[in-house]
Amino acid sequence: MREFEYVVPDTLEEAVRLMVEKGHRARAFAGGTDILVQLRSHRFEVDLLVDIKRIPELNQLACSEGEGLTLGAAVPCYRIYEDPAVARLYPALVDAISIIGSIQIQSRATVGGNLCNAAPSGDSIPALIVLEAICNIAGPGGHRSVPVEEFCTAPGRNVLQEGEVLVSLHLPPPMPGSGAHYLRFTPRNEMDIAIVGAGASVVMDDARQRIISARIALGAVAPTPVFARKAGDLLAGKEANEESIEEAAQAAMAAARPITDMRGTIRQRIHLVGVLTRRALRTAILRAREV
Amino acid sequence: MPDRIRVRTRVNDAEVEFLCESRQSLLEVLRDVLGLTGAKEGCNDGNCGACTVIMDGRTVNSCLVLAVEAEGRSITTIEGLASAEGLHPLQQIFLDEVALQCGFCTPGVILSAKALLDREPRADEARIRCWMGGNLCRCTGYDKIVRAVLRAGEAMRKGAS
Repeated sequence: MREFEYVVPDTLEEAVRLMVEKGHRARAFAGGTDILVQLRSHRFEVDLLVDIKRIPELNQLACSEGEGLTLGAAVPCYRIYEDPAVARLYPALVDAISIIGSIQIQSRATVGGNLCNAAPSGDSIPALIVLEAICNIAGPGGHRSVPVEEFCTAPGRNVLQEGEVLVSLHLPPPMPGSGAHYLRFTPRNEMDIAIVGAGASVVMDDARQRIISARIALGAVAPTPVFARKAGDLLAGKEANEESIEEAAQAAMAAARPITDMRGTIRQRIHLVGVLTRRALRTAILRAREV
Repeated sequence: MPDRIRVRTRVNDAEVEFLCESRQSLLEVLRDVLGLTGAKEGCNDGNCGACTVIMDGRTVNSCLVLAVEAEGRSITTIEGLASAEGLHPLQQIFLDEVALQCGFCTPGVILSAKALLDREPRADEARIRCWMGGNLCRCTGYDKIVRAVLRAGEAMRKGAS
């Protein structure tokens, strides 16, 4: 690995100042599970790694029924899924982050990093999209917010400008009668990369029979994670049954633009989008009925 | 020569101080600076688990931790498991059950198992297999490892009661 400077600022202002100073030659560093591999394989070079793990705003983990979830970008996966309130209120997020890499990886890897890495297959991203996460970004010009479905712009690329840092994600409180789920298809349960991933969330009426609104998001079937907005919108006002689920699954398949690579073919991936969307919706509906 | 950084940390319950470059991994420093060669370099990209160590109670791939990040942390390597009285129950049972062949993965495997059993002494086979998914073994086919961890769980529960 090429030489670089390493700093551990205590404040967000200091981190932003350092990031601005070094521009594209600086990277924010949290779990390191992607960035160190990429530096070692010369995917890119840096002059400066800014370790963001000591900044209070980036370490927040606050979760309640009233306020929702505020998740600092430097919080590792294990802290999130071991939080009882998160496990109760956001099971779809737990579905996603408890299958990222190994236990060793989950000790270090962060949801903020999974998002910034912007892999089309990043497991947490479809879950964040169906849970309507908002990204809070700090930069030299102050703060701005971006809906998570607009954050990734291409494989490995995101909306962050030079000098900007992802501070936290905010997930709104779950609506009454809501449920969500994320799952993926991989040949091996642990330590694998999604061939396809699918997330779904639903909000149901008081009787838990009719769907008021739904969101569907897909991973590893396009250059970025896909928010299949139409597929979810089709379910609004419909009875939750196999017929409506099938209609949404067909729309999700139409939203997928996969490639053929070492993990899977176009045909297999489109087929999997249908299978996984159906399963994600069924579990999301089941969870909505359990509450 | 790039600037070297002074790091103060705890390794196997002893205060340790070392100098490193910012680009050096914890694995490199453990092996090449501190002489603790139990943690192995397999893939050097977080897939194989041969470099697993315990940092503040959690298993990590030491190839994906910068040595400078060890500042103020507490690290356990395989060298820290045995005591003056003898081997850790996991080590003894791995020998008794012959849960290894070439031994390259074994330090990481035992540390992962220790981290699991310390938290969940009653972990069953499914839990063990899932937890240890990040420790690859190309010799044993895993059955002997799983059997040894199950037996060690029993032994450690008896030892604790």
